[in-house]
This record gives sequence, C-alpha cells and structure tokens, in this order.
Amino acid sequence: MYKYDEHDQTIVNERVRQFKGQTDRYLKGELSDEEFLALRLQNGLYIQRLAPMLRIAVPYGMLNSTQVRKLAELCRKYDKGYAHFTTRQNVQFNWPKLEDVPSILSELASVEMHAIQTSGNCIRNTTTDQFAGAIADEVTDPRPYCEIIRQWSTFHPEFAFLPRKFKIAVNSVPNNDRAATLVHDIGVQLVKDANGNVSYDIYAGGGLGRTPMVASLIRKQLPELDLLTYLEAILRVYNRYGRRDNKYKARIKILVKAMTPEVFAAKVDEEWAHIKASSNRLTSAEISRVKAFFVDPAYETLDNNPAELTAALANNKAFSRWYERNTDTHKKPGYRLVTLTMKKLGTPPGDVSDRQLEAIAELADQYSFGEVRVTHNQNVVLADVKQSDLFALWEKAYEQGFATPVLGMLTDIICCPGGDYCSLANAKSIPVAEQIQAKFDDLDYVYDIGELELNISGCMNACGHHHVGHIGILGVDKKGAEFYQVSLGGSSGKIAGHTDTDIGKILGPSFARADMPEVIEKLITVYTENRTEEELFIDTYRRIGIDPFKERVYAPAH
Amino acid sequence: MRQLIKDNQIISDTWTILTKEECAETIPAGNVLVPVKVWLANHEALVNRQDIGIWFEGDDEPEKIGAELTRFPVIAVNFPKFADGRGYSIARLIKERYQFTGELRAIGDVLRDQLYFLQRCGFNSFQVRADRIDESAIESFKDFSTVYQAAADETPALFHKR
Repeated sequence: MYKYDEHDQTIVNERVRQFKGQTDRYLKGELSDEEFLALRLQNGLYIQRLAPMLRIAVPYGMLNSTQVRKLAELCRKYDKGYAHFTTRQNVQFNWPKLEDVPSILSELASVEMHAIQTSGNCIRNTTTDQFAGAIADEVTDPRPYCEIIRQWSTFHPEFAFLPRKFKIAVNSVPNNDRAATLVHDIGVQLVKDANGNVSYDIYAGGGLGRTPMVASLIRKQLPELDLLTYLEAILRVYNRYGRRDNKYKARIKILVKAMTPEVFAAKVDEEWAHIKASSNRLTSAEISRVKAFFVDPAYETLDNNPAELTAALANNKAFSRWYERNTDTHKKPGYRLVTLTMKKLGTPPGDVSDRQLEAIAELADQYSFGEVRVTHNQNVVLADVKQSDLFALWEKAYEQGFATPVLGMLTDIICCPGGDYCSLANAKSIPVAEQIQAKFDDLDYVYDIGELELNISGCMNACGHHHVGHIGILGVDKKGAEFYQVSLGGSSGKIAGHTDTDIGKILGPSFARADMPEVIEKLITVYTENRTEEELFIDTYRRIGIDPFKERVYAPAH
Repeated sequence: MRQLIKDNQIISDTWTILTKEECAETIPAGNVLVPVKVWLANHEALVNRQDIGIWFEGDDEPEKIGAELTRFPVIAVNFPKFADGRGYSIARLIKERYQFTGELRAIGDVLRDQLYFLQRCGFNSFQVRADRIDESAIESFKDFSTVYQAAADETPALFHKR
C-alpha cells in the first residue's frame, strides 16, 4: 500500500490548515454561504437534509487497519457511531458538526487520510478493481497508476472549477471490469502493446446520471509515460468547451457526444501535441518508485485446498455456501480473496458501526496482512486470506453480520443513502432495499435465481448506479409523492466482460413503494419461467427482450 | 483608484477595463483593456496603438490571436463567477503556449481562495473584489509549500525531485 513521504504529508497538513482558516472565516461571517459552499465542497463537506455530511477519500478503496480503527474512533467521537461505505469506494460520516470538521480532518491526516476533492466540480477519487494485485489475470497491478493519477489530480490548479464533477476509473483485467470503467468520465484500460509494454486504452464520455452513456474509445495504446499529459489534454478540452449553462448537460459525456468521439479525440490530440513533452510527462523512475509500494505481502508457500478447508467444506453447508459465493480465486496457491458483505437485513446497504469497523480492522490484522479494500458494491474485501484460515474467519465474520452469502445475487443490493439522508434525493431508497431483501430471504430461492445485480438510486444523480443494474430502481417524485421507476438490462460489465456495458431500458410507468417487492417478484418469475439451464437473468432478458416482463408486470389484476 | 494585488503587493491600478458597449464608438486613448472580440473586429485600427491591452471572456480563444499575444503589456482574463474555471486554462495557454511575459491579470469574481491556483496557472496580478482586498489575501499565496504537478509557474512536477 502507498505510504506518504514528507511531501505527501506536508500537502495534507497544509490542506487541514487552509480549510481550518476557511471554516473560521465562514463562522466569523467573512465568507458568504455561497463562497464557502464551493470551498467546503472541494473538501467533501455537504450540508445535508439533517446535518453536514463529510465524505472521506479512500484512494482506489485501499485502507490499512490503523486507518479503519481511526474511522471507528472518529465516528464514535464526532458522529453517531456509524459510517457509510459509498459506491465510489469512499467513506461518509452523516452527522458531523461543521465546527468539528477541521479537527476530524486533522485526525485523518495523522493516519495519511483526507477529504480532498471528494465532492465539488473537480477530479474525484480514482477507482479501480477491488481485487487488484491479488488476481492472476490482470495485465499489471492498476493501483500504482491510480496513485500516480491521484497525485497529479490533487490540487491541480487548472481543474478545480470544472463544468461538473469528474471521475476516472482504471481497469486492468481483459474482459472483466469490476471497476465499471465505461460509465466513468474517463476509463483507463491497462493493456500490453505489441512489444509487451504496458500502455492504455483511453475511453471518455461515459457516465450515469440523467443521461446515461457508455464511454467511447478515444485512444488506443497510449504509451505508458504519456498518461498524465494525455489526461491533462482531455481535461483541458473539457474545461474549455464543456457546457456551463445547464448543470444537467455539463458532464464530459455531453461534450463527447455533441462533438462526436472522433472530433473530440482529434481535439484532444491537437492539445496533447503541445504538452506531451511537459514536466508532467512521467518517468520510468517515478513509475518504479510508486510500484515499489504495491509489491506482494509476505505470502507463504502453500498448496491449494488444505485439509482443514476441504473438511470444513464437506461438513458445514453454510460455510461451503459462503465459500462458493463470497470468496474468489487468488493468484497465489493456498490463498483466497474474501468479500465481507455489508448487506445484512435490517441495516442500510454499506452502513457500518464503529464496533464493526474495529472488527474489520481486527480481521484484517489477523488474516490479511492488515489491509482491506472498499468495493463499489459497498462491501469490504480481505484480499489475502490463507485457505486454512477461512473457516475461522467465516465464523467471526458471521457473528458480525459480514458473511451473508449473497455476493453478486439479488439481495446484494447497491443502494445510495436516498431520501433518508440526502437532500438531493427525490425518494427514499433504503426502505425499498430492505423490503426486497425481506421478500427474498429464502437463500435457496436467491441461489436458484443466480447472479443478478439490483441497484437502487433515490434520484437522477444515480449514486446507486441504477442504470447499470440488471434490474435498476430509480426514485422519482410525482406531485410530492415517492414513486419508483424500474429499468431492465443494464450492465456494468462485471459479469459479461467489459465490452458488454449497457444502460438499462425503462420498463414503463413507475410504482408505489409498497408494490416494489411484488414487482420484483414478477420480473424474477418471468425469468425463471423462460430461462434455459445456463442463463442468468441478464442473458434471458437479452434473448427474450423487455416485452414479456412488461406484460407480466402491467397485466391487469384478475 | 482601484486597488490590485500585483506581484505580491497591493498597488493602484493604472488601467481601465472597457466593456464592448464602451468601445462602440471610439476607444479612448490611455491605458485601456478592450474585449478580445473588439480587438479582433477592429484589428487594423488598433494594431499600432501601444496603450491597449485585451481581456478574455471564457469563450474567447487565445489561438485566435496567437503569437501576437506577446505584444500586449497587459492581458486580463475574466471570471464571471468564481465557479467558472475556463480562465485557468486560458491563462495557461497564454502563458505557456504563447510565452506571454507581461502582466496577466485575473478580473471579475476573484476571491482570496482562488489566488493560489490562479498564480499557478500564470496570473501575476489579481483584481480581488474591492471589499476583500487586504494584506491577509496575500498570505494565501503561501497556502501550500509543495505541489504534485507542473503548471504555468516554474515548479517542476514533484516526481522529478523524489
């Protein structure tokens, strides 16, 4: 994991001091609400429905156990004893006091953390595959490149006031995109060129929100050292020509579409020609320096399927179910990737208490070299667990509610905080997730349905990624009442390979909240009646189309 | 006379900024900044005047003036709202691509908390809103002692030093 040197620490410390000054001036009335708004937003501080909300950056989802313990301590001291994992691999506090925020930031800085650029119209946290570095099929570990982008984008003086927020994601696995890169403003796909050198395919103009779009490939095989200068050229074209007259048309996707991807790419190339040799051109030495932080931990030489594991799998059905569902193949023999699910019934998706955070830190120290990763599905990954430890880990995780064996299934719902917490939301989202989880509490049935992504957003901003859910649910406001629109057939490419990213189609008129579990059940029934043996929900949908689903759901009651 | 922060000092401004309407009939003599669109439309009439500078709106393109940019003693870039960040890119182009060495001035909704970024993009003069200009604003140039990336100031990207 990356460790700060004196430069990184200085920048974060100076930011704490700067923000403290800004907050003091605001509280003294020297800054207007509007002026302070732009400043606090650059620091992840929203004024929400009930209280300020502070979003803390977790660069590409990586946390060490010291940082997790600090988060536990902070949410106990300054909040109501719980935190929320977001769909952008970050962490949010929902109840801090404005005047406490400088102290929170100062404590975060002591463990190499910050809230820089976690909101506002600037370059946000770069995200990547939560399994990075621990899987065999990646081109190269994407995390050093994410860190390089993080540093370049931190306080970039030219891009602090973009037309709109800007999100970059990096993926390194061919044909499997756990980072949903094609629905980001820029998607960086690590590839090897003909000579085996690392290079990048660059996609631009993807995004969710009001006008969901899949990104277009604008540059194939960008050479390794040219990453930052090329990103700078894209951002400059966007900063100058992106729309600023209408915030719903201000994302880069609208610009790319309006110009056409070809013309946009040509404009970026023209800009890039002027700056490709600038001081921001990477050096091999810098790439090696950052890569040195992401070397393998001290793995032992082990064999796959040790006796402890095979015995436990044979003797314990619940454990074997969890093993099948919530663990994944590791690049090293004798190890597994473990996903702890934060999706227990009765708890809002992604919410964790201070005690649970401490339990996560404890599990990480005991079983996974003291590191965890936050996933964009609002779960937590222990990346390097010995297979011989899995049963002991499972028992402890089970006690904490982290072992619901539904990863990737219908009830592993992605959900934004919604109208319960967020002032932007049109409707509540958490109660819908809970109703669906309660309706589908029979694990055998959930298993029979198989992999199915159900995503819920409380408004058009799409924090719950509803457009790319196989089933997507969007909260809408109809004359002051909360209704829910359903879409089908979205895909972030996680299952079917990265060229398969798709935006869901709207099923039809929206539904009252109370009807949602039944609507979902009808959709599932259409699938189970029509599927062939090997088809997942998304496959059946793609084969039979939307009409059979529509007919069932909107059929008049008999 | 209007105050201005220039090269880390508060000084009196000796230039007058003219709007398009104020340039409609004649452009008065003396140190005046005219809109880029006025300059381009009246190029022949204005090209021999030494007492003229120009000011950019967010949709003006430095490329349209090109190498001739270096002839001006003062170039200003307008920020209609502080959240409108086009001027940062315009400044870098003027400074880096066209090697402008004169006074590059940020005008409009310019406040203390933008000064650090503005300076890094090549501005050396700042028409901070009249009610907010004081010595403490100058302090903000020292908000950060280290930066990661290269921009229009002299600082190279940090990784070259690591």
